[in-house]
Amino acid sequence: MPIEVNGKSFETDEEGYLVNLGEWEPDCATVMAAAEDQELTENHWEVINFLREYYDEYQIAPAVRVLTKAIGKKLGKDKGNSKYLYELFPYGPGKQACKYAGLPKPTGCV
Amino acid sequence: MADYEVPELKEYPVVPLPVEGTMEHLSPFVAKPEFQEALNYVGKKIEKEGEMPEYVLVDGWHDKAIEKMGDLLGRYRGFQVFMDSCVKCGACTDKCHYFIGTKDPKNMPVARQDLLRSVYRRYFTFAGKFFPKLVGARDLTEDVVQEWYSYFHQCSECRRCSVFCPYGIDTAEVTMAAREIMAHIGKGQKYNNEIIGKVFTIGNNLGLPEKALANVLEGLEEDVEYDIEVPVKFPLDKKGADILLVTPSADFFAEPHIDGLIGYAKVFHATNTSWTLSSRASEAANFGLFIGSYENMQRISMRIRTAALELGVKRIVYGECGHAWRVGYSFLNTLAGPFDFLDQNYPVPQHICEFTLDKLQKGELNIDKSRNDDKTVTFHDSCNVARASGMGNYPGGQFDIPRAVINAVCNNYVDMEPGTTHDATFCCGGGGGLLTDDLMELRVKGILPRASALNNAVNENGVTHMAAICAICKSQFTKVLPYYGFTMDQIVSVHQLVSEAIILEGQVDPED
Repeated sequence: MPIEVNGKSFETDEEGYLVNLGEWEPDCATVMAAAEDQELTENHWEVINFLREYYDEYQIAPAVRVLTKAIGKKLGKDKGNSKYLYELFPYGPGKQACKYAGLPKPTGCV
Repeated sequence: MADYEVPELKEYPVVPLPVEGTMEHLSPFVAKPEFQEALNYVGKKIEKEGEMPEYVLVDGWHDKAIEKMGDLLGRYRGFQVFMDSCVKCGACTDKCHYFIGTKDPKNMPVARQDLLRSVYRRYFTFAGKFFPKLVGARDLTEDVVQEWYSYFHQCSECRRCSVFCPYGIDTAEVTMAAREIMAHIGKGQKYNNEIIGKVFTIGNNLGLPEKALANVLEGLEEDVEYDIEVPVKFPLDKKGADILLVTPSADFFAEPHIDGLIGYAKVFHATNTSWTLSSRASEAANFGLFIGSYENMQRISMRIRTAALELGVKRIVYGECGHAWRVGYSFLNTLAGPFDFLDQNYPVPQHICEFTLDKLQKGELNIDKSRNDDKTVTFHDSCNVARASGMGNYPGGQFDIPRAVINAVCNNYVDMEPGTTHDATFCCGGGGGLLTDDLMELRVKGILPRASALNNAVNENGVTHMAAICAICKSQFTKVLPYYGFTMDQIVSVHQLVSEAIILEGQVDPED
């Protein structure tokens, strides 16, 4: 099902992930989050931006541990844990945050 | 959280009254044709303006399906016997976690098998060809394929029902055959087949490229050194190492899996063992098993052989992964052997729990069990280890060895109630290629028997943590047990417990 963002149409797969990762723009995240009744705060954006930077370099989302460490460095040690990330992204930082960031879904036994 | 009913935990096991059709709405996403073709299957797509494209059965699907069924009946003697030998005694009916959790009678193992058996009878038996109604035989139609697609993805191939079957009918083999037939007519499952595609193109289920893997391992070296001031190594592609460790790629990515990986590395460090991971075989899992494809299972297994040869190792050790251990322990030699180039003084392959227990028994590890005193631990037997493999050199080693490892590093251990452990263990609810979000309802309902047994152990014995040696089990539990009020961090890797209790030479513990 395509999503509409700023008058443009973006193709997504069955689970709502962008099909063409290169097309992503920040408002895609806002629109996807709104569809799940979520408002994106600055801290959400820290996660989304880190995911995109990491993906640019490594062609995959970071491991949970790598993500928590990076977020701890950016937002303070008390936020560098998966509990905080689940508060931000209740459906799981690995999957929900990746979707908003325009990354493919991590697959396998995770 | 969920738009379906989460079953209630009960103190005693309750066999539900069947409710027809509760799960017929559920079936997983179909694999795209390009992923089908990567696995030597076929697929057909119909584009729809402004909507998701539809993946449909290929032309001539009916005859192709029957032909494939005939091929499998000829190739696998077990499948032929299982099609003929069921006497409808009913022993299996209440043994399936998916039936217990969903109440859908088609999730009784016998009924699920009969979805395929009825078609088998129509095309392959004398009575079914001429008197179909008398023997419950039916034509293969698109509706039947859809019913197969739904219910053969509501079986985790855990084989608990087979333990109770007086004829030893192996339900998993029937499910695998059904999936293999469907994959040949355009109805492969997205989750399994796309993952196998990633193994072929990138090297593992996750799609973790070599550069990212190296980054994760370097990060772990930094973390461990930061934590305990010991330079524990996580070597990658080290030629001439003694041991090649193959482990599920979830161990590089997810929690608590990665804590298990740290545990393996500490054991190797403490015993001065030369070991390496491989970027070519950066995945132990073999989803070829789940879809019943001998060819894909073999192709995936060959990566491990090639990696072992390229790196010049003497031994192969498997990390904590349930079905990988089945493929490794039971089929590796047939699929990718002979392994005559490895050191024959050790099992080929060896399980990490065997390796660690040996070192514990020889006193080579410095263990302080009291470091796990904040926990009372129980152990979940993963189905592919418990019912489809062995471990060590005696029957039942697969039950004793992981428990012996836990008991060597923890003071407080209790088993869950009999009938839910050892070879009667209940599936985590996400095995056999069903660990996907599109089957979440099934996963939530199917965990019921395991969650009930765990809950009883919590209430009666004060259990705080459940350990497992399977990546799927760990992911399913951390994701789904919270629906029943448990927390994610109650699930631990067995080698995470080892990691907590082990004291390495020169270790300096952080001050809290």
